[in-house]
Amino acid sequence: MNWTEFDLWIVTVGALCAAACAVPGCFLLLRGMSMMGDAISHAVLPGLAIAFWLTASRASLSMFIGAAVVGVLTALFTEWVSRFGNVHRGAAMGIVFTTLFAIGLLVLRQAADKVDLDASCVLYGAIELTPLDTIWGIPKAALVNGGALLVNVLFTILFYKELKISSFDPELADTLGFSSRLMHYLLMTVVAVTTVAAFESVGSIIVIAMLIVPPATAYLLTRSMGVLLFMSVLFGVGSAVLGHAGASIVPKWFGYEQTTSSGMMAAASGLFFLLAWLFAPGTGVIARRFRAVEKGGKRDRLEGAF
Amino acid sequence: MFDLTLHDLLEVLSLRNYNTRLVVLSVMLLGATSGVVGSFLLLRKRSLLGDALAHATLPGIAIAFLISVALGGTGKSLPLLLTGATITGVMGMGLILVMRRTTRLKDDAAMGIVLSVFFGIGVAILGIVQRDPRGSAAGLESFIYGKTASMVFTDFTLIAGVSVVAGLASILFLKELTLLCFDEAFARSQGWPVTLLDLILIGLVTAVTIVGLQAVGLILIIAFLITPAAAARFWTQDLSITLLTASVIGALSGWIGASVSALLPGLPAGAVIVLAGSFFFLVSMFFGRSRGVLQRWFKSRQLLRRVGRQHLLRAAFEILEKQETSDDFKNEPVPLAQLLAHRTWSEKTLKGLIRAGRQDHVLEESKTANEVQLSEEGFAKAARVTRNHRLWELYLIRYADIAPSHVDRDADMVEHVLGVDIVRQLEAELEGQKGLPESPHEIPVVEV
Repeated sequence: MNWTEFDLWIVTVGALCAAACAVPGCFLLLRGMSMMGDAISHAVLPGLAIAFWLTASRASLSMFIGAAVVGVLTALFTEWVSRFGNVHRGAAMGIVFTTLFAIGLLVLRQAADKVDLDASCVLYGAIELTPLDTIWGIPKAALVNGGALLVNVLFTILFYKELKISSFDPELADTLGFSSRLMHYLLMTVVAVTTVAAFESVGSIIVIAMLIVPPATAYLLTRSMGVLLFMSVLFGVGSAVLGHAGASIVPKWFGYEQTTSSGMMAAASGLFFLLAWLFAPGTGVIARRFRAVEKGGKRDRLEGAF
Repeated sequence: MFDLTLHDLLEVLSLRNYNTRLVVLSVMLLGATSGVVGSFLLLRKRSLLGDALAHATLPGIAIAFLISVALGGTGKSLPLLLTGATITGVMGMGLILVMRRTTRLKDDAAMGIVLSVFFGIGVAILGIVQRDPRGSAAGLESFIYGKTASMVFTDFTLIAGVSVVAGLASILFLKELTLLCFDEAFARSQGWPVTLLDLILIGLVTAVTIVGLQAVGLILIIAFLITPAAAARFWTQDLSITLLTASVIGALSGWIGASVSALLPGLPAGAVIVLAGSFFFLVSMFFGRSRGVLQRWFKSRQLLRRVGRQHLLRAAFEILEKQETSDDFKNEPVPLAQLLAHRTWSEKTLKGLIRAGRQDHVLEESKTANEVQLSEEGFAKAARVTRNHRLWELYLIRYADIAPSHVDRDADMVEHVLGVDIVRQLEAELEGQKGLPESPHEIPVVEV
């Protein structure tokens, strides 16, 4: 396969986005909040809609600010509902994001006369088009996602110990003198900003997948926090490369032309997960089955001896 | 847009229009059913399962479309697309269950993986469909976003069918599903087929989600599965009443949303229904009679007040006890300074406690500002509170092997919830301590 400069940029943008999402995704996974990316990417609709309505334009900056604010609010509201209402976090998340999405739909309907915007264009960004929109010869999406990656890596390095302890043992974090709640809100802000930055440029499906699947894949393979972070970034980047390649290769097997890279990148991350699930040394499905058979064989031999 | 007349209002409310009637009834039925099914999901802490499932149907829809087009059809046959949706939806649910059994990933991660990967595959296949010249994929999106206002009779019959099945199954398996939701491990140890029950529950969710998905859309069906159930939990602890309340709330929000959107065509029905549900949730969260925020706040305030009062009474009593040498001491005024020294109260806390004590008539209105006087009733209460505390301390020392210097704090934490029965039992355990037991540790007396 021959990759043009165009293809290289698409893969680069995808890889940067995947890496930027995988880092905070690890902490979400450990905290049992993996669905946050999904919730935020639906919930930001009113932020986008209100930004459109007020400015009557599709300027990226106002859109980004509107979405980021609502993204952080999603995390805040979820936390409030689950804490004050004593509701399970998954349910709280669901209530908050469906409500915000409904508000967004209403605002969109009111703004529909003024600007051209529909829900689906908000939910599926187009990674294939990112190389067309450049600043200084570099696609804007690469800069945005690269920036998000940089911020996330810095955040993780600066607060590594705090993030780690407050993810595994919030009470210990509190007794050690730093607020686990503050860490939670900081992490949620980072997740919200990353999600918005990424899906605005490449589409929500990549973001949702990369926040969850690469960290979960790495989680099956290691029990060390540092290794978990590195491996999930690696799997994220791998999914981006494999996904873009797959978008032009796989459909040909069935006699079709080509498909979207964003969907294939999510599917590729699923492939990595499937491999880890089956073949993880020691804990994978195959290893377990093998052990079970071995054990069974031993028992048979023992029984035979009697 | 907002110029509606009384005539319009009556027409919508009386369901005279065939189309309005169809939409309102379908949505109410769906709301009621998903309220019931959602309650089980909520208790099982898997509220977002509907979300994962709804997304996992996309590849099925897309593949069914591709196959039908390849065979020369238009690809818009509803049964075919629904079959495709069901197949991949069920596959996704199965994967979540298997993942939960064979990995150490939590439910939320398993749901997230299935949601994003399946949806990604779906998007990829739709990408093929859109680039394929043979068939037009237009309209497939209505499977994702719904079309509440333009439901047809088939939708109603589907919803009604699923509602009847789901309702019957919930009634038939009420006991089993309850056990599964509250204590899975116990159910397993008692020999219940937990996996089968899980499959039944997931089957119900799948049926409701897929029927709802194509009738009212993705976001609305997710909200329907979560919000009414979560709202109902604030009103009662009883599961059957929760189920009933949830179905009423679901039906009500469906009715309100569909009616409002029929009256004001500018408002999409799905969004209004979601918001009506959220409104019910918010009201329930604050005013719910069983677990509402106000209710719990009020209860905890009452408890704090009682605990504070008991502490004050015991402190006063112990100070009086130390001052007197004879066995029956009199109720005398206690200086504030001694009270302050007796416990770690700030002056402000103590003032508050005294004010509350006077309201509850355990303290006399005293003449001087720097002492307090227990009332007749307060003195008797103080003796009882002190006695309970000592009994409990004694019990902890004798039977729980706690060092005498440590029991004070532990006793502090439980004595306020001692009922009459427990006190009697304590007395029996401690071989009939009738009078006031001695304090097992030195009560520090600060000379003032």
